[in-house]
Amino acid sequence: MSTLRYRPLDLGRWIVWGATALLFALAPLMSDASFVLTLLSQMGILIIFALSYNMLLGQGGMLSFGHAVYSGLGAYFTVHALNLVGKGAFWFPVTLLPLVGGLAGLAFGLIFGYVTTKKSGTTFAMISLGIGEMVYACVLMFPAFFGGEGGISTNRVVGEPVLGLTYGPALQVYYLIAAWAFVSMAAMFALTQTPLGRMANAVRDNPERAEFVGYNTQRVRYLQMCLSAFFAGVAGGLSCINYEIVSAENVSALRSGGVLIATFIGGVGLFFGPILGAIVFTLFAIALSGFTKAWLLYLGLFFLAMVLYAPGGLAWLIAIQIPVLRARRFSELLWPYALALAAGLMLLCGLIGAVEMIYHLSLESAEESVIALAGLEVDVRALPSWLAVGALLAAGGVAMRHASRFVSARWHAIQQDIQRGAA
Amino acid sequence: MEFFLVQLLNGISYGLLLFMLSSGLTIVFSLMGVLNFAHASFYMLGAYFAYQVSTVLGFWAGLVVAPLLVGLVGMAVERYGLRQVHKHGHVAELLFTFGLAYLIEEAVHLIWGRSALEYRVPPELDGPIFQIMGSPYPMYRTFMMLVSVAMLVSIWLALTRTRIGLVIQAALSHPETVEALGHNVPRVFMLVFGGGAALAGLAGVIGGAAFVTDPGMAVSVGPIVFVIVVVGGMGSLAGAFVASLLIGCLQNFSISLDWSLAGLFSWFGWMVGPDTPLWSLWNVKLSQAAPVLPYLLMVLMLIFRPKGLMGTREG
Amino acid sequence: MNGAAAIELLDVRKQFGATRIIQGVNLSVRQGERLAIIGPNGAGKSTLFNLISGRFPLTSGRIRLNGQDITGLPPYRINRLGLSRSFQVTNIFHRMSVYENIRCGVLWSLGYKYSFWHPVNRLRDVQRRAEETMERIGLARRRNVQAGVLSYAEQRALEIGITIAGGAEVILLDEPTAGMSRTETAQAVELIRTVTEGKTLIMVEHDMGVVFGLADRISVLVYGEVIATDTPEAVRANPAVQEAYLGGMHKEAAA
Ligand SMILES: Nc1ncnc2c1ncn2[C@@H]1O[C@H](COP(=O)(O)OP(=O)(O)O)[C@@H](O)[C@H]1O
Ligand SMILES: [Mg+2]
Repeated sequence: MSTLRYRPLDLGRWIVWGATALLFALAPLMSDASFVLTLLSQMGILIIFALSYNMLLGQGGMLSFGHAVYSGLGAYFTVHALNLVGKGAFWFPVTLLPLVGGLAGLAFGLIFGYVTTKKSGTTFAMISLGIGEMVYACVLMFPAFFGGEGGISTNRVVGEPVLGLTYGPALQVYYLIAAWAFVSMAAMFALTQTPLGRMANAVRDNPERAEFVGYNTQRVRYLQMCLSAFFAGVAGGLSCINYEIVSAENVSALRSGGVLIATFIGGVGLFFGPILGAIVFTLFAIALSGFTKAWLLYLGLFFLAMVLYAPGGLAWLIAIQIPVLRARRFSELLWPYALALAAGLMLLCGLIGAVEMIYHLSLESAEESVIALAGLEVDVRALPSWLAVGALLAAGGVAMRHASRFVSARWHAIQQDIQRGAA
Repeated sequence: MEFFLVQLLNGISYGLLLFMLSSGLTIVFSLMGVLNFAHASFYMLGAYFAYQVSTVLGFWAGLVVAPLLVGLVGMAVERYGLRQVHKHGHVAELLFTFGLAYLIEEAVHLIWGRSALEYRVPPELDGPIFQIMGSPYPMYRTFMMLVSVAMLVSIWLALTRTRIGLVIQAALSHPETVEALGHNVPRVFMLVFGGGAALAGLAGVIGGAAFVTDPGMAVSVGPIVFVIVVVGGMGSLAGAFVASLLIGCLQNFSISLDWSLAGLFSWFGWMVGPDTPLWSLWNVKLSQAAPVLPYLLMVLMLIFRPKGLMGTREG
Repeated sequence: MNGAAAIELLDVRKQFGATRIIQGVNLSVRQGERLAIIGPNGAGKSTLFNLISGRFPLTSGRIRLNGQDITGLPPYRINRLGLSRSFQVTNIFHRMSVYENIRCGVLWSLGYKYSFWHPVNRLRDVQRRAEETMERIGLARRRNVQAGVLSYAEQRALEIGITIAGGAEVILLDEPTAGMSRTETAQAVELIRTVTEGKTLIMVEHDMGVVFGLADRISVLVYGEVIATDTPEAVRANPAVQEAYLGGMHKEAAA
């Protein structure tokens, strides 16, 4: 009976993984524009990085502020390997080069992880930050190996092409990243389904109890950390091949913070959360940074809003709709959702207006006081513009209050019905 | 000798400044279990607010008003942010303050721009105050120490003479008993968080004028303050004090010494030169390694004494 | 092998700060024996369990498990040597399903350790042992329910389930029936009786009906000292016990 139960699940799994592979394969066909390929490559790398980060935060309950250490050092070792191959010191296919990054990540995971995983919770977070700062300072201290501020550049087209792959064209690099992303994804998912993966969850939920069923929680965290560092290193290796440059920025606190934000926005509680987060974060970074210099502020606000109102992330927001959909009650939520969306848009418009206007004022651009916002000419020195923005914010706030009450009332009613139905 | 004394005084004044930051962080951590990632951002806000006030009302008004403003910001953050995420646990709180730090930095970019401000020491505090073996010692450094010591004394008085102070003390020694004290706990939390922020703000006012006021000042001092809290022992005020002075002195001495391992080896008679393996490691000057030392200290402390200098709790 | 000592405590002491909580306990439990520890609230029963299972370090004294000195070992090492315990305050993996909770109790004992190469869903022996355990504690039908949403009695059963899942030979149960209704208690006693068949059992229990029904011997702990260890009948008749404990209980009940 128990063997039978797993069959349909396995089938579902094949479908999901098949679809993922197909998506990776077909994504570049979306458009010929070269920036699409740039975007997709960046997403692929961040997917691996965010998933590896979630092995710590989501699965092991370890909040790290220094995960870029492993990807960054992985990238540095890859760049040196690549340069050595380029000089003809030894032969190694570029296709497998991310493995060098992974092994470097693993090695540093073994070293630094030993110190950080002695603690858990808040102390772990602080130590990971300290290690991150230490490595960053070291990178600047040894320019001979790390290339100082400017970093080390490389050329990925080296050696004899294997199977005709030169990695000159960006498309080939994309497929390299996609292949590694797919394999890493599958491997990291498989890891969640092993004794170590399951016990990492147990240690996250209740470390004390785990000690009384035979597990050394410190050891569980340590191993989980090392494996995670390996995949971070793979992501670093790929970024080295993709950008052909590695600099101190690769190990910086900014990178570590970025992967934390991406992972959290996507959702730490579900395996596919970080994938979603990586996609959204990359869109934010590439798409929005072209429009406004304040994109980091928007990202920060978005992150804070998620921490406050949706700590499970986007994946969780999607997942909790499924029971409602199953119960065929989703249509009742459409109207409240639409209202909340409208209110949210109003708030957002007011916010964007205010931010952009302040930004313009502070940008010492005394000459020009008129800016274009969404096709409108707005004079940032005129009172009416500020009044309009204020009115938008106030109205949006009030509308949001009502809409969220409406949503939560409907939501709770439906949940109650579903629970009563199940009991 | 003269060099030594000047560096020692500089180290102590910087250490006292660090303690102004780490004390607030420690008290908030002990009482609420919240590690405030944005603590150094309050430090930065203090400097920026003080600059803004000083352009209109002068330095001395800034010294008073800016910490109060930062305190108010801190109370608002506790009331409308932290309290909401409290139910999701300490990791969520940490994430919240992390996001906040991010946001404050971006807001500072937005309002004051990315370059450093012209926030300077006021003329009446500029210049030397006394001579140490013939070399002048700046008045502002002395002023920094005075403010820090005044603050130290007032913290001590507040902790020992007021009701909130007694609650905090109880919380420091027995964190689990806070709830049982029968005080209006949320209000105490809000006041303490605001107080910690105000302390950081005060440190920002005097630190901003002494060093530099730019959007990177939070990021540059924040990790050091965390190191102090770990090295001193999580939740120990006395430990934070010792660690602050230690790291203040460590940083001041190391940046002005060009000792290196190669030098040490040659002292023992081993000659290492550019052909020796790992030469770049042996040849690093202490002054170059200065940024790494606090973190190295933290790592060593964790390996050999995980509780920290004066900690009583295992993290 | 009946007769050899499974657990031996030699002059075990524990202080928290200056307060002496356990003041020189000597105790020996034979293999296969069921020992109940009774005593008023705050006597130090849970503390004694915490010392035996490695949760707290001893202030002084020795503890032996099957003749081997386990003093000062961390909990996971003691568990690997065949001692498993439950907690007075339910201590389970709240966010995991019932099945996964039990599985956590099984993995180490079947030798999978920290393996990151076995797919856990294909491990037939783990699966069989976990299903068996769920069957025994009567939670088979709640297999996929999240532990956090179980009823109190079910959570207590799960607590016992995790404890026994690894097949430890020495079981420590801390107030397994606390807070249960009459019928739930009766079921729990039956459960404990069957799942600890042939094992060494030490349990802390307040319910005298449970104690006299289950235990081969009873130890009475008062103010951190064992004032008597004997058969249920002898303990009941012991005047010192009546004075120190049972009498006190009556007074408490009257108050
Ligand atoms: N971790 C601890 N720190 C300080 N005192 C403790 C600790 N654990 C238990 N105690 C004290 O030890 C005494 C015995 O507690 P406990 O063993 O739980 O009693 P019992 O289980 O017999 O009711 C109590 O007075 C309790 O306050
Ligand atoms: Mg007890």
